[in-house]
Amino acid sequence: MALNWFKYASPASFYPVAGRMIPWFAWLAAILAAAGLYVGLVVAPTDFQQGDAYRIIFIHVPAAWMSMFLYVVMAGWSALALGFNTRLSAMMAQAIAPTGALMTFIALWSGAFWGRPTWGTYWAWDARMTSELILLFLYLGVMALRGAIDDPRRADRACGVLALTGVVNIPIIYFSVQWWNSLHQGSSVSLTKAPAMAAIMLTGMLIMSLAAWFYAIAASLARVRIIMVERERGAAWVSELPEVRNA
Amino acid sequence: MLEAQKLAARRGFANLFTGLSFRVEAGEALVVTGANGTGKTTLLRMLAGLSAPADGEIRWNGRPAAPFDPALRAALAFAGHLPALKDELTAEENLASLVALEGEAAGRESVRDALDNVALSRQRTLPARVLSQGQRRRIGLARMTLLPRPLWILDEPVTALDAAGAELLARIVAGHLAKGGLAVAATHAPLGLPAARVRPLTLG
Amino acid sequence: MTADTATAPTAAGVVWPALRWAVARDLKLALRSRGELGVQLLFYVIVVSLFPLSTSPERNLLATMGPGVLWVAALLASLLSLPRLFAGDHADGTLEQIALSPYPLVALVSGKILAHWLTTGLPVAVLAPLLSLQYAMDGESVAVLTAALLLGTPILSLLGAIGAALTLGLRASGSLLALLVLPLYVPVLIFGAGAVDAVRAGLGASANLSLLGAGLLVAIVAAPFAAAAAVRIALD
Repeated sequence: MALNWFKYASPASFYPVAGRMIPWFAWLAAILAAAGLYVGLVVAPTDFQQGDAYRIIFIHVPAAWMSMFLYVVMAGWSALALGFNTRLSAMMAQAIAPTGALMTFIALWSGAFWGRPTWGTYWAWDARMTSELILLFLYLGVMALRGAIDDPRRADRACGVLALTGVVNIPIIYFSVQWWNSLHQGSSVSLTKAPAMAAIMLTGMLIMSLAAWFYAIAASLARVRIIMVERERGAAWVSELPEVRNA
Repeated sequence: MLEAQKLAARRGFANLFTGLSFRVEAGEALVVTGANGTGKTTLLRMLAGLSAPADGEIRWNGRPAAPFDPALRAALAFAGHLPALKDELTAEENLASLVALEGEAAGRESVRDALDNVALSRQRTLPARVLSQGQRRRIGLARMTLLPRPLWILDEPVTALDAAGAELLARIVAGHLAKGGLAVAATHAPLGLPAARVRPLTLG
Repeated sequence: MTADTATAPTAAGVVWPALRWAVARDLKLALRSRGELGVQLLFYVIVVSLFPLSTSPERNLLATMGPGVLWVAALLASLLSLPRLFAGDHADGTLEQIALSPYPLVALVSGKILAHWLTTGLPVAVLAPLLSLQYAMDGESVAVLTAALLLGTPILSLLGAIGAALTLGLRASGSLLALLVLPLYVPVLIFGAGAVDAVRAGLGASANLSLLGAGLLVAIVAAPFAAAAAVRIALD
């Protein structure tokens, strides 16, 4: 996502490029996920304290990292869209939001299923999970605002302002929730605090994070292609696409 | 001098207008006509700087004017579809407030005189809530007379005005043009301006 | 009169008149719709009074719940009043005139937010000592709670203004506004209600109140710009 987009800054020229990139990222994601799951489920040793239930962190932690990373990326595209008034940057921001929300959702569910066998409760109000929940609301807010505004250009700019307001507030929210949590619960109930993380576990999580990242890229590119066709459907280049002509 | 070069506007996936170019000099009025839905209000809001055009450029006194351009805002008096009156304030208070918003210091006397000139002397202290549409429009006219701005943009100014009101409008706008001002007006009905000063533009 | 541009007023001389115009006009309008303001405050009082009915009037429980309940009610009261900030002006065309004024939009928006707080947040903070009687809170807790509300309610108005401007004229704007703004309110709630907890735990409230104060300063500087940008987007 750090490529120089200016060459492909128009939807018409980016559409075929994105189409070619998707299979690469999708396959890489699948291969890395297989490798990561192999490491997580087979290679990594059973944990001394938590048994085999801990293995869900190989889903939970990458999803949580991705959820936060994707919000920052979405805010970055929004800043480009507001600053340079480019349609494609706004479309990328629009495309990323659902994948980010999905990552947050996965992080929350996997966190709940980790909490149950480990601490006997699905939800423990620890700092990270509570912040994840609020992050989910922030994603849903951007998506709801997009859905409520009919004019796509107004929606681009409004969601851009909202995403930038959100990204500035995320560290503040996280800090406040962590402060609140440490005051009330102490450090005993921290789902992501593993006393000694064996190197192999960290490797597994990193591989899964890469897999999640490539999946997110593939999914966002696929979605942005759909968005481009829908929003530009009056343009000549769209009506000349083979998939549109033969539809 | 107000100039538009190749202005374009879209609504959804259709173009309202494209390649629109015109020029309005001091003392002239651009009168925009066209059926409903042809983009008259859209054009006026673009010229006022509220919306960005899909394409093209607007220039005020030779310099490009992006939306909300400060130089254009300082030179503009805009009368939109709605008369921008608060129901809870009296006619007098509304007028004073709107004029103060534009940074003009209009004393109580000039506010009263302006209302007298639009035949609203008896309604001065009534809350806007009880005024008729025509009376609310006249407050808008009074506001224009109190703002010494070169560019007037008027969206459907004849709406709800009776014959006397329409004649008042024509007189006030003609006076503004005679003093070297510019005007852009969208209208269905004729405005009664001197033909020599009018540049017609039909959309659609 | 020539067609030359009118000289734009200098920067320093426009912020204060703009602020004054916005605060004076919005306060005057609020006073003329006193009934509406009264109803919103009454909503705050009723919500606060409902909670003990849903749990138990046991004094210790009430004292623990009290600060949280008063804060949540303050958040809800803020949400209820936020549409008033821009929607009325948007509906009658005044917002266009405000945006086209030669005064800086940021200054005009700041004035409106200040007037909004004076008619919404400030009464909530002033009523808090009275309402905390229902929650058996001791004097020190009440004092800290009121101070926290005085620092926090302006932040609610400032952040809420961004949401109110973004949702102008949209369907179901009330619920959408809540979804957009409540996550942003969370830190204010945590530090505001936490101030009383801190005092009760013997830690002193200065950390919480300082954080609220810092947050208020940042919000005063940044939020009006975001809100002004959102107003222009809504008028497009």
